[in-house]
Amino acid sequence: METSSGIRNAIEKIGEEGLFLTSFIKNTFKKGFEWNEFLRQCYKIGYMSLGIVLLTGFILGFVLTLQSLPTLKTFGAENFTPNMVSVSVIREIGPVITALICAGKIASGIGAELGSMKVSEQIDAMEVSGANPMQYLVVTKILACILMIPLLTILADGVAFLGGFVGINLNGGMNGLLYFRKTFQALSFTDLYPAVIKTFFFGFIIGFVGCYKGFNSNKGTESVGLAANAAVVTASVWIIIVDAIAVQLTSTLVYN
Amino acid sequence: MDNIIELKGLKKAFDGNGVLKDINLTVKKGENVVVIGKSGAGKSVTIKCIVRMIDPDEGSVKVFGKEVQEMNDDELRELRIKTGFLFQSGALYDSMTVRENLAFPLERVLKIKDENEIEERSKEVLEAVGLSDAIDKMPADLSGGMRKRMGLARTIIVRPEIMLYDEPTTGLDTITSREISELIMKVHKQYKTTSIIITHDMACAKITADRIVVMEDGQLIAEGTYGDLQRSEDELIRAFFK
Ligand SMILES: Nc1ncnc2c1ncn2[C@@H]1O[C@H](COP(=O)(O)OP(=O)(O)OP(=O)(O)O)[C@@H](O)[C@H]1O
Ligand SMILES: [Mg+2]
Repeated sequence: METSSGIRNAIEKIGEEGLFLTSFIKNTFKKGFEWNEFLRQCYKIGYMSLGIVLLTGFILGFVLTLQSLPTLKTFGAENFTPNMVSVSVIREIGPVITALICAGKIASGIGAELGSMKVSEQIDAMEVSGANPMQYLVVTKILACILMIPLLTILADGVAFLGGFVGINLNGGMNGLLYFRKTFQALSFTDLYPAVIKTFFFGFIIGFVGCYKGFNSNKGTESVGLAANAAVVTASVWIIIVDAIAVQLTSTLVYN
Repeated sequence: MDNIIELKGLKKAFDGNGVLKDINLTVKKGENVVVIGKSGAGKSVTIKCIVRMIDPDEGSVKVFGKEVQEMNDDELRELRIKTGFLFQSGALYDSMTVRENLAFPLERVLKIKDENEIEERSKEVLEAVGLSDAIDKMPADLSGGMRKRMGLARTIIVRPEIMLYDEPTTGLDTITSREISELIMKVHKQYKTTSIIITHDMACAKITADRIVVMEDGQLIAEGTYGDLQRSEDELIRAFFK
């Protein structure tokens, strides 16, 4: 009994998510796209997370460099530190850490915002007035995430290189020109494009999960917190799952 | 076509609990019908069925002679534009100023682009509800009574033909309640609306009602004018007048 109703609930959930996704896609292409609100969301998302993304990016590059230096030194390969750091930052650490930070910052913000609009009947009021809350609230937020997360990731990658440069100069030193030449030498197009593509998916996950959890939160004030919390947890898990899939796909399709 | 709203045999259950058991109600053009009933009787659910915010399990909801359950998206949108719904909580958009709250339905529902017209209509409704000074305030800075007026202003700005009021005076002092009730009558006269007003407040019912219906446990158990009900012998009905 228990398990069968559990399974039914799970299936119902997937059905609801599917409907929400379909509605998002339909409303994206409906006429009357909310450009102003979309731009406002882009600004808000970018502005809200810029500081923390830059800070973590810098520290990542810095720490990664300090961590790799001694090991590479034992092989007499400390000159290759920038190459190694740049590949790991671009391929994996930059996108994933930025996405996880944004899941914490943005998905929870969206979940809480829409959750409280739901609780205070603002979403119902919008709908029943004949306006389209999907188009105004959801489409704009998801698309803004899809656009902004890749940009934030690129910025994080950039400051991670700076962090690496600082790290290397505190431990022996390398001139800037050489450092950045090595950094970019190590990168090929096949490192870049799979990494960029997956950040679009991360952006989608953050926006979609935040909106879905907020839009479908229950009535009652405690559900705002629950929606925000569920948004972070679910988005983070999906980011990690999608990343694992992306790594597997790129290693079979691109590097072979 | 004199009947604007017709509810027939409306039934709705949530998780097996019958909330609406058999609602039959007809509202004529220009009529103000007040629905009174205890908390949890199903009043809010009933008016939510009228704009299809809730789908009934059984029964028919006809508005302007059309079955609401059978409407397509465009017809439903049109119905919702013609029907103003004042939420129990006011449901003001917290992140927008009063001005933006008022512009929202004009821009997004009526698709009005002309800034001057938006400004003019906003000023007109704010004046009607007595909130002219509040145009640049945030909803959080308004008092309870002001929020109700503001909700009303945002609802009437699209000039609806039907108004559904969910407890417009609940939580307000008697003087403010009376002002809101009088405002409802003013809107009624100015815009010639047909209204359903849910309330516990008999003073509000006395001012606004052409006819009162009493809802108890998902059914309508009595109806009549304020005077009729006042003379009733029924304990349940008498309780409202105490
Ligand atoms: N969306 C919903 N899901 C589940 N139950 C609901 C829902 N909406 C209403 N109910 C239940 O239906 C019953 C009637 O609710 P309704 O809001 O119509 O009461 P009401 O007569 O408006 O009371 P009040 O005067 O307190 O507003 C309540 O028991 C409520 O819990
Ligand atoms: Mg109610």
